[in-house]
Amino acid sequence: MSGLVSILADGIAYGMLLFLFSIGLSITLGLMRFINLAHGAFAMCGGYVAATLLNLYGVPFLLTLPAAAIFTALVGMAAERSVIRHVYGMPELQQVLFSIGLAFAAGAVANIIFGPQQQPMILPDWLTSRVDILGVEITGYRLFLMGFGLVAAGLLAALFNFTLFGARVRAAVDNRRAAEGIGINVGRLFAITFALGAGFAGLGGALAVGFLGLDPTFPLKYLVLVLMVVAIGGPGSIGGSFAAAIALGAIDAVFKYFVPQVGGFVIYGLLVLMMLFFPRGLAGRTA
Amino acid sequence: MARTEWHPGRVGRRTVLLGASAAAGLPLARPAIAQERKLVVGVVLPLSGTFADQGKNYEDGIKAFQKVNGTKVGNITVETVMRDDQGPASGDLSRRMTQELIQRSRAEIILGYSFTPNAMSAASLLTEAKRPAIIINAATSVITERSPYFTRISMTLPQLSASLGQWAAKSGIKTVYTIVSDYAPGLDAETWFTKAFEAGGGKVIGGARTPVSAMEYSPFLQRAIEAKPDAVFGFNPGGDVSVAFMKQTKERGLTEAGIKLLVTGDVVDDNLVPAMGDALDGVISALHYQVELQNPANQRFLSAFREVAGANAVPSYRTVQGYDGMALIYHALQASGGKTDAESIMNAIKGARLDSPRGPITIDPATRDIVQNIYIRRGQRLGSGWANIAFETIEGVKDPAK
Amino acid sequence: MRLTRLGAGLPLLLAALAGYFLFPDYLTLFTSLFILAAFALSYDLLQGHAGVVSLGHAVFFGTGAYTAALLAAHGVQEPVTGLVVALLVSGLLALLLTRLVVVGNDLTRLLITLGIGFLMLEAANQARWLTGGADGMSDFTMGPVLGLFRFDFAGETAFFYSLAVLVLVYAFLWRLTTSPFGLALRGIRENVRRMPAIGAPVSRHLATAYTISGGIAGVAGAVLAQTSNFASLDMLGFERSAEVMMMATLGGTGSIPGVVLGAAGFSYLKDALSAVSPKYWHLGIGLVLMASVFVLRGGIAGGFTALLRRLRGRA
Repeated sequence: MSGLVSILADGIAYGMLLFLFSIGLSITLGLMRFINLAHGAFAMCGGYVAATLLNLYGVPFLLTLPAAAIFTALVGMAAERSVIRHVYGMPELQQVLFSIGLAFAAGAVANIIFGPQQQPMILPDWLTSRVDILGVEITGYRLFLMGFGLVAAGLLAALFNFTLFGARVRAAVDNRRAAEGIGINVGRLFAITFALGAGFAGLGGALAVGFLGLDPTFPLKYLVLVLMVVAIGGPGSIGGSFAAAIALGAIDAVFKYFVPQVGGFVIYGLLVLMMLFFPRGLAGRTA
Repeated sequence: MARTEWHPGRVGRRTVLLGASAAAGLPLARPAIAQERKLVVGVVLPLSGTFADQGKNYEDGIKAFQKVNGTKVGNITVETVMRDDQGPASGDLSRRMTQELIQRSRAEIILGYSFTPNAMSAASLLTEAKRPAIIINAATSVITERSPYFTRISMTLPQLSASLGQWAAKSGIKTVYTIVSDYAPGLDAETWFTKAFEAGGGKVIGGARTPVSAMEYSPFLQRAIEAKPDAVFGFNPGGDVSVAFMKQTKERGLTEAGIKLLVTGDVVDDNLVPAMGDALDGVISALHYQVELQNPANQRFLSAFREVAGANAVPSYRTVQGYDGMALIYHALQASGGKTDAESIMNAIKGARLDSPRGPITIDPATRDIVQNIYIRRGQRLGSGWANIAFETIEGVKDPAK
Repeated sequence: MRLTRLGAGLPLLLAALAGYFLFPDYLTLFTSLFILAAFALSYDLLQGHAGVVSLGHAVFFGTGAYTAALLAAHGVQEPVTGLVVALLVSGLLALLLTRLVVVGNDLTRLLITLGIGFLMLEAANQARWLTGGADGMSDFTMGPVLGLFRFDFAGETAFFYSLAVLVLVYAFLWRLTTSPFGLALRGIRENVRRMPAIGAPVSRHLATAYTISGGIAGVAGAVLAQTSNFASLDMLGFERSAEVMMMATLGGTGSIPGVVLGAAGFSYLKDALSAVSPKYWHLGIGLVLMASVFVLRGGIAGGFTALLRRLRGRA
């Protein structure tokens, strides 16, 4: 029994990572109608920033996290202002083409700079030690991930639901013209939102290195899982993405534990069923 | 007959082209040193995408060999032409690359194929074109039977996993739980480990087959711990998957639960060790090479490799396979006295003995498969990092599946 | 309108034949371009004509490939017979899956087809006794085409065989999309709600389109398996599904000659770039894809139309 609980805890921690990876994509898809398949490139960017700071310059692990998030957010902002904003108005398929191209290019650039090998990332001891909570053993790192994910989700939800910034974004999404008419600078709003999404992905990437490894194929490797989270959660919904990511991590873990023979593929079957019965995702909004 | 109906104009065009080039080449021909010639080795490797890392390892090995031994064998200048087969997600592409290397680049010998399907798809083509091909990695046993022109310079998974199973049985391990990736190589590993281990008196008490690209192993490991075996045997396809697997065995506390971890050596490849860190502690693995081997050939290899890849670079066993692939080609050219037709090359390859960085190796003349030492290693601290250190050598291991 | 679309086919065919004479060492590359063009055409019947996107179309391509390989392994070695059976098997599979893959909006469809793709891939991986699993299937020999033309090393037979298939697919789809059925599909794409109101049986039309599309994809896969004497899991994998969508979009979805050019152009570019830089060619492909959406709005076909319009305007 305690085995199952600890497996569940691990699955939830994995889900938190998926949430951080996907929340930016969910926001840009839901709010700006922009299909950004290159979103994983931002996670990769954060990962390389953290790994480089830690391995080359000996920066403490905890400091590499905000550095990765901020750097990636700036990169995201620069990309949005220079190129990506011109893609917003294009047909969906053109957006797919553009962002896949961007993902390819980003991976190749990482390959040229860092080489194709795995980046080492040795975590501090206090994160790899095992903690006993009410008889359930869990590693410090997974606990850390869970805490981080919860805080991030809470912050984002508060930002979008209770602040003026959030109200402006929602207004711009519902009716861009009217929002501009009442003096909201929609272009700037989108740039900030995009940077925010990129920053969270960068943070997720930095957190993932010590757990999932890092190499130049990162942008496309988690694309499928991230798309699943976004679609199941309902694009644009922070709560939906959060629930979907956690459920994905937990369900995957439980099935792998009870039916190891087929466990790894149950999520794809569930994905199909879920989409058939809830075509608009958990949150029920239209994309 | 059918072919002349198909393209009536074809023969004429070729003849004209041939005549023209011969005429153009005539004034330059120097009959006295006509033996001076070039030989193209076509190299088919995964150089982009998910498996680019592997491709670079082989490439470094090939370059290191030519750095040590030059590009000339007698009168023959050996030139390599590389093509990217993009790894196992495009089996038919490796066949086309092979065809193009032979037809367009005039390759006379092929070196490459990191993955089994990529080698399999090229088999019938090589047979038809009569081109010797050195398999640089692909480890499924049956490949060499698919074309009489295949030779394997790498290893087979049965070689590694049977050696490990044998060792486990005689080292007091009674029960094992297996965790292998759910595809053909994983099943090979599982089958041959089990066979050797149970033949030695051990018992496999359970196992899981995991999705090939799975990154989350925690549930499988928990199952294994609950089964209370003496040891877990693991195989997965290397790269980030293996890094994740190893880190999670540490995280789940396999050692604390009193369970030994046994893996085929490719899982804890030397150049993944920095990313695995202390997860390597006490892990037993079986492999045909590692950096710390003490022999002159390995010293030569390492210094050349560091010139090619940088002073701090760590070679993979794949790097040595690339190095030895070229060594086998050079050996064959010497032994055949410069004859480069397929029969002469194949005859020179069969039974070849080489002094490799991994120790003495031979090519079994009957199967064209490699016979080599397998080292049993233990992960332990070395300097500021970690390393696999050999503590037992099983000499002259043949592929047990043949 | 009718004339220009029919007219584009002839220069394309002539270009293919010219390739045979000008670049005799490139026949295997051309063969792979023809196969991908046929595959992309099959996919674009859905995306470009019926407006139904998919990220799992390689399921049918791979099914066709395995069908052809299995037939050959069990004694039916004549390739054309293999094509017909692959057409039927893949078409049937598509028909069975239709109800699942046309629900919801674009994102739903993408995810459902993606999920089905992964499940099929895993099924094929598990069915090792049938498919050879991850090792692929190479243990079969192909007979001569129609009992006359043997597949040769230089790839001459494969060249004409795959070109013939592409020409047939092209002509058939051109007829189909200009027929009343094709117009009904366009109607569904433009306004799916209004179609039932004018009495069009939407779900039956979509089922028909899906079946035809799946069948043709199966034929393309069968040609690949036959000409490369190999079938493997990747032929039904996600990467191929994503790639066919990119090729169709790059060419100009909804335009038959455009899609052919898109598939051939994209694959040729990949081949050429990877020959120049086997390690870093992804950068080139990425930049081309990114630039294409700015330079060629509406894909190659769209760019071509715009060019024609400008030339005419000047004249």
